[in-house]
Amino acid sequence: MLMTIAIQTEALTKVYGSGNTEVVALRDAALTIRRGEVVALLGPSGAGKSTFLTAIGLINPPTSGTITIGGKLVMDGPDPRTNLPKFRRQHIGYVFQQANLIPFLTARENVQIAMEIDGWSGRASRRRALELLEYLGVLDRAEFYPSALSGGQQQRVAAARALANEPSVILADEPTAALDSHRGRQVMDLFRKVAHEKGAAAVVVTHDHRALDVFDTIYEMEDGTVRPASSLLSHAHP
Amino acid sequence: MNLAIRDIRHNLGRFALTILGVGTLLMVVMAMGGIYRGLIEEGTLLVDRMAADVWVVQRNTRGPIAEISRVPRNLVDRVAAVPGLESPREFVMHTIQRENNGKRLRMVVVGLSWPTDKGEWIPLIAGRALARNHYEMIADQSLGLRLGQVVRLGKDNYTVVGLTKSMTSWGGDGTAFFTLTDAQAIQFDLPGEAVRLERQARRARSEQQDASRAQPSLLERAFWSSSNIPALGPPMVSAVVARIAPGADPDAVVRTISGWSDVSVITHQGQQDLILKGAVERSRRQLGLFRLILTVVSALVMTLIVYTLTLDKLHDLAMLKLIGAPKRVILGMIVQQAILLGMLGFVTARLLAIKLFPLFPRRIVLKTDDLVQLGVVVFGISVLASGLGVWRALRVSPNEALTR
Ligand SMILES: Nc1ncnc2c1ncn2[C@@H]1O[C@H](COP(=O)(O)OP(=O)(O)O)[C@@H](O)[C@H]1O
Ligand SMILES: [Mg+2]
Repeated sequence: MLMTIAIQTEALTKVYGSGNTEVVALRDAALTIRRGEVVALLGPSGAGKSTFLTAIGLINPPTSGTITIGGKLVMDGPDPRTNLPKFRRQHIGYVFQQANLIPFLTARENVQIAMEIDGWSGRASRRRALELLEYLGVLDRAEFYPSALSGGQQQRVAAARALANEPSVILADEPTAALDSHRGRQVMDLFRKVAHEKGAAAVVVTHDHRALDVFDTIYEMEDGTVRPASSLLSHAHP
Repeated sequence: MNLAIRDIRHNLGRFALTILGVGTLLMVVMAMGGIYRGLIEEGTLLVDRMAADVWVVQRNTRGPIAEISRVPRNLVDRVAAVPGLESPREFVMHTIQRENNGKRLRMVVVGLSWPTDKGEWIPLIAGRALARNHYEMIADQSLGLRLGQVVRLGKDNYTVVGLTKSMTSWGGDGTAFFTLTDAQAIQFDLPGEAVRLERQARRARSEQQDASRAQPSLLERAFWSSSNIPALGPPMVSAVVARIAPGADPDAVVRTISGWSDVSVITHQGQQDLILKGAVERSRRQLGLFRLILTVVSALVMTLIVYTLTLDKLHDLAMLKLIGAPKRVILGMIVQQAILLGMLGFVTARLLAIKLFPLFPRRIVLKTDDLVQLGVVVFGISVLASGLGVWRALRVSPNEALTR
């Protein structure tokens, strides 16, 4: 049972600011995601979706609560329980609303850097970067700088970077906002394929209710808490 | 994949401009050291080239190069009689400022003891040494005179027969060589008004003396030209120089002349030390301070540049952290860029120096030792300068990659 759990959060709370400007973005958020499970996170703006995603992505420490990834306790409140940069580059792949590519690296180099900082050789990382770019249909843009790519192309390069190190957790915050529905669908399918084949867990924040059939489970966030979106479950896969 | 180089390649124009700026600053630091070396070379070139082991000068003065020295002309005969000395000769040196073709001409006039000394020892870049006992001169090119040019000094015309390079006083005035008598003629050529006043003053002094009262015709002599008045004697020279004969004991020679009450003796080494300890020493401290301040300014400027470069990249650095880049990748990128900036700035400074220093009015001498030293200092500054940027970069949170 333990082996099949990819991500588990318990009583996750995040408070921004203090006094008058205090905002409680997460309120005892609890969620368990199995390996190979593809999860959608819905909810109105300001519900705390991004905060939740960055917390389990280990780039935004919670105020209290615990995060366990792959059976390992990684955050105990605001305190890291592991080498976070190393854990991030080996286990977590990120895609965000804005592609967030490094502007002075070409598309290929943006994918390659994720592998090189994890100790890959230049040659191996280069080959894999080109494979991923080909798979995502942007091989012809491999030697272009991000500024010369369309929003959709940038997003696909970012997806390639997220998948480069074969992460066990894929986190995506409205990744398809900049893509047309066909390309958006393609990226989602890819996440699903990787999740199912490699046993990774994927958490995707989305507003696109037409594409919900891709997901195994759908959760809704409201006011900092997570609950299953029972009303929408009928649309999803079994 | 080297991130520092990738970043620079992508912002090449901006980086190049920054390097040019740093390079110009470092060129000035380089110049400060070079001007000091130039001062030493210029100040000592004349003394080094002259075949003079001892300088006999006016008592308690530091010799004609450092200040004014006057010794009687017949001192040369006394020096000639000292055992262990050879080729003694008179030496005249003084600075004059005259007009030439409406331009100000400031020069150090050196008189050579013709015919013993025709100036064969002077390093010429064109022309020849003196060949006649009158009306010829060897001029330093810094005076702006051409070979064959005729210059009017006092009542006579002098033809430039030879040119030297970097023969200047420590004050930067070009040197011109004449025969001794020509040099003195130039020195004592006073405007008519000055001569009239001098004679008037002489007469006034004479009127108060008993001798003049007893013999009024003596008063007439006060109006004669000074060289014709027996009591005044012939014009003085600046010093007498001589070589020490092979095998002779320099200490014994110095001891002998030191015993004379009216003169002092300076060795070749002593002469050099006097020059360096005098005005050159003060210039050295002045330049040294400037150099220090400029080095500090360079360090501050480079710190700010590296800090600004880091601020501009903060979002990218946060993104690198987000995807799990270890500290050393972030740190390496900033330190490498700082070092690259410093070293390329240094190379730029060197190249600018090669192109620009020859156009400077004073001689700038770049010694390899000084350059290596500056290079090491620049390297150190580069590493220090990246400190502030590194501090800022390490503080950035990966979460900042997501906020625009
Ligand atoms: N860095 C921050 N500082 C202060 N408040 C924040 C910060 N980030 C988010 N918030 C607040 O936390 C709440 C949840 O935000 P967020 O997680 O971005 O929600 P969502 O992604 O669902 O729109 C909002 O009220 C937002 O204003
Ligand atoms: Mg959001």
